[in-house]
Amino acid sequence: MSAHVELSKLTKIYPTPKGPAIIVKDFDLRIKQGEFVCLIGHSGCGKSTVLSMLAGLNEITGGAIILAGKELAGAGPDRGIVFQSPCLLPWMTAMENVLLGVDQVFYTASKEERHQIAEYYLTLVGLGESLHKKPAELSQGMRQRVGIARAFALSPKMLLLDEPFGMLDSLTRWELQQVLIELWRKDQKTALMVTHDVDEALFLSDRIVCMTDGPEAEVGDIIEVNFPRPRVRQVVMEHPDYYKLRERLIEFLEVHAHKNKHKHAAPPAPTAPPAEALVDTQSAPASAPEPKHTSLMVAVE
Amino acid sequence: MKSFKLDWLILPLIGIALVVLAWQVSSKTWAKELPTPKKTWDASKDYVMKPFEKRGEMDQGILRFTWYSLILVAKGYALALLVGTPVGFFLGLSKAFTKTFDPIIQVLRPVSPLAWLPLGLVLFLGAGKQASELGALFTIAICSMWPTVLNTAVGVRAVPQDYLNVAKVLKLSRWKTLTKVLIPATLPYMFTGFRLSLGIAWLVIVAAEMLTGRPGVGGFLWQEYNALVYEHIILCIITIGVVGFVLDRLMSLVESRFKTA
Repeated sequence: MSAHVELSKLTKIYPTPKGPAIIVKDFDLRIKQGEFVCLIGHSGCGKSTVLSMLAGLNEITGGAIILAGKELAGAGPDRGIVFQSPCLLPWMTAMENVLLGVDQVFYTASKEERHQIAEYYLTLVGLGESLHKKPAELSQGMRQRVGIARAFALSPKMLLLDEPFGMLDSLTRWELQQVLIELWRKDQKTALMVTHDVDEALFLSDRIVCMTDGPEAEVGDIIEVNFPRPRVRQVVMEHPDYYKLRERLIEFLEVHAHKNKHKHAAPPAPTAPPAEALVDTQSAPASAPEPKHTSLMVAVE
Repeated sequence: MKSFKLDWLILPLIGIALVVLAWQVSSKTWAKELPTPKKTWDASKDYVMKPFEKRGEMDQGILRFTWYSLILVAKGYALALLVGTPVGFFLGLSKAFTKTFDPIIQVLRPVSPLAWLPLGLVLFLGAGKQASELGALFTIAICSMWPTVLNTAVGVRAVPQDYLNVAKVLKLSRWKTLTKVLIPATLPYMFTGFRLSLGIAWLVIVAAEMLTGRPGVGGFLWQEYNALVYEHIILCIITIGVVGFVLDRLMSLVESRFKTA
């Protein structure tokens, strides 16, 4: 099967006073139709930069991205994006937030049909009772559910998820992983998700792409995850391969953490993803020109 | 001091009583020309008790004068918002626009209404009878628009990148981005600007009326000063203060409604 999404020689360089900073270099990745791929790596390694280039929120310095046979130029609703923070507009209800996108994509449909689409996806993520609540009345987890519904309701060619559960407590995170995987199965969407939670990556994805540390980040290792679907968390975790894969991932991350030691004052503990998550939650997905520096700066503040 | 029952009412009343006392003492000692509170009340009674009576062009009930002033303020203020809000949006959205116009705004902003008014009158010399009204409107508008301009600009610049990303990802049209994202996100700032602008507009009206001699609280004040009826000056000052206070409260109510959004 040919690739649905193709990233070739993707490169991101920022000009700085001290010369060009190469964040991502010659990043190659092909994703099949309907595949779920996780991008894993250390905070600031450039994985969010790759995602935001795919989203069209960050300009591509070199290389190209081809989605469903067409080269990408700029942002657009053909990609459903779930941001790290839910990014809901606080003056709109859950329904209105989803409709904002639905109205853009299905502008030929009648008002009633558009309402049905929005309501359908909000119901699927478990918010059938809270359609007309504003984000302030929803919990953090519920807001992210709206974010997921908004992305799926666009009927996009692919899904982009930028550490969507990074800000949630682990119970809510599990719940939402379940919601996401069920929707993904139902709609057969091609998905690329950035995370640094090893277990999350193993539970959700068909393939895990490990990124080497920036600067000049590239694909380090690719791990096929062949647990049978539909997946049940308990079954996955008891699968004989689970701990082998987990160890391989952690080892990869650990090796790159040691390489990193000279650059970081305090290197993040690689075996404890949640602690690391605290650092990265601070970096805005798209607006941070140099993810590593920004995240550190904000964390210090 | 510990708070007690009805302190919100009793303490302000004590404050007022103290000021009235100081006023009374002053008028008996060092400021012999200053009418006492009692004299002020006696001379003002007619204007307060029959607030809407019209006895002559410059001899009307105090609320009638206030009404004239408010109408003029409303017109000038509306003009200020109509011009100031879009200007604020342009300033917030465009760096080039800011670089072009920010210096001139910073220079014009501190110019007193007393300086603008003669220019306003000159500008509308050709309007004949309307000249004083148009001049006053011009002055109110130009003096009161700055808080709206600057707060709107700050508000637009403060719109979170997240919201803009949503607009970008969904490819909202410029119009939709403006109405669905930018304006709602900026509203709280805009209303802070609107409230401050209203305060200034009310300050300016008095100056404008004093110089043009239009009927209104300010015009009345100036006329009574020339007519040596000092009691009425005090009446006007109190009226202006109370009206300004009420306007500010009303705008705060509107503002707080939008703050929650």
